[in-house]
Amino acid sequence: MNARAPLLELHDLRVTIGESQILQGVSFTVREGGITGLLGRNGVGKTTTLRGILGLVPRTGSVTLAQAELTALATYEIVRRGVGYVPEDRDVFAGLSVEENLRLAERPGAAHRYDLVYELFPELRERAAQRAGTLSGGQQQMVSLARALLNADNRILLIDEPTKGLAPLIVKRVADALRRAAEVATILLVEQNLAVAHRLVKDVIVLDQGRVVFSGDVEELIGDPVLARRYLGLAAAREVH
Amino acid sequence: MSTIVLLAVTGLGLGALYFLVAAGLSLIWGLMRVLNFAHGAFFTVASYAAWSASQALASASPWLQWFVALLVGMVTGGLFATLSEAVLIRPLYQRHIGQVLVTVGLALATVALVEGGFGSDPRPVSMPAWMSATSPLFGAAIANTRIVAIVAAALVLLLLLFFLRRTRYGLIVRAGVENRAMVSALGIDVQRAFTLVFAIGGTAAGLAGVLAATYYGTIDPARGTSMLISAFIVVVIGGLGSITGSALAAVIVGLLQQFLNFYAATGVGDFAVVILLAVVLLVRPAGLLGASS
Repeated sequence: MNARAPLLELHDLRVTIGESQILQGVSFTVREGGITGLLGRNGVGKTTTLRGILGLVPRTGSVTLAQAELTALATYEIVRRGVGYVPEDRDVFAGLSVEENLRLAERPGAAHRYDLVYELFPELRERAAQRAGTLSGGQQQMVSLARALLNADNRILLIDEPTKGLAPLIVKRVADALRRAAEVATILLVEQNLAVAHRLVKDVIVLDQGRVVFSGDVEELIGDPVLARRYLGLAAAREVH
Repeated sequence: MSTIVLLAVTGLGLGALYFLVAAGLSLIWGLMRVLNFAHGAFFTVASYAAWSASQALASASPWLQWFVALLVGMVTGGLFATLSEAVLIRPLYQRHIGQVLVTVGLALATVALVEGGFGSDPRPVSMPAWMSATSPLFGAAIANTRIVAIVAAALVLLLLLFFLRRTRYGLIVRAGVENRAMVSALGIDVQRAFTLVFAIGGTAAGLAGVLAATYYGTIDPARGTSMLISAFIVVVIGGLGSITGSALAAVIVGLLQQFLNFYAATGVGDFAVVILLAVVLLVRPAGLLGASS
């Protein structure tokens, strides 16, 4: 029994890009607090789901945040309702300095958690004047996470594969940062690294071919080798067993 | 020596006008990916609005006439650009062919309307006596209009750099040039930045329209179009979206045209600019100071 209140609710979310129907009616609920994992094999629509929530791709269906409908709003208006976003490719502004990347993310009217950001990623303070494009992949991921963490009024963070392509040491730091971030905001996490996901999340939603095929406790999914193999792939299943 | 100085300052003056048109064009492309073929129309309408204001103030002092004309030209260029963006271009974001068609259509219609209203012949502009005079520089008699154009362009360059590097909207524009979607995903209304950039670009084109009128001594419905072609070349050579690139390329193009047209033969300078454009596109497609994609 999960007593936490629903925060983000998707109902029949559909996204068609060109001739391909990427999402074929995705419905799920993310409850307040903690980290909810959005899992699945490559190409099943995880990133598109996050982009669909933000209105970065044309979509139909319903997305509500704390029962307020978001689908009629522009992306920037959705974000201002308290949605932080860490994209799959980090998307730092390469020509801007680290400090400018963070300043750009500051939302007028919101309190800014520079203390938390610099506690988690002290090198961002040291490299404030450095162009973000010259940072390592791990440092760019820190900038991307810091931008989402900065605004204290963010209620949910949509984080897309934050450990992708990072060295193991950095993966651990990112995982620690996510755990700390979950103390201040709800997180919907797309993660291909199942070992990391297993350590961080309790609730999981699994997508397959643009549909939700599993929603429940992570242990239930991981504990069932057949389910894990079917929806996450053989390699992923081996990773956690 | 005096000839070299004269050619250099004349080339810089011409480059200043190119820069004023190219700056807005470059920012508009960089941020919005809109190829704005109507940018020359902002220049033309502004120069005719300024000329009309100057005519209406015929009895006032020449300096007052000129300053009012300058102000009217800049405001007209900015307003025309803002209206064009809001009414014609905004509904066509992401539809590039539509943008090209509508901006080409606006450019052609504007020139035709101006010709219909004012005739197609160049009209002389009145200016303070100091503007028509020359100032000595290293033995050369430099037309003061060249000095005014160079100083104005330098001021605009400094203001634009200040805007881009020191203000929040400048930060948004710089970020938007790199990744517009991510700027929106940070909760920023990029649309407002689009409109602002159009307004700034139109104001700079309006300023160029007024300064070109004093530079050439006349206004002409076709000048905006020819200036636009040169500005496009400057933007591509300098690097799309780069203001300092546009400034550098404008100086290079202006000097190249003046020196080669004088020392080789008339027209060689213009030809050399096209060759330079081809070389830059082959060797450095992103332009001299443009970010490679």
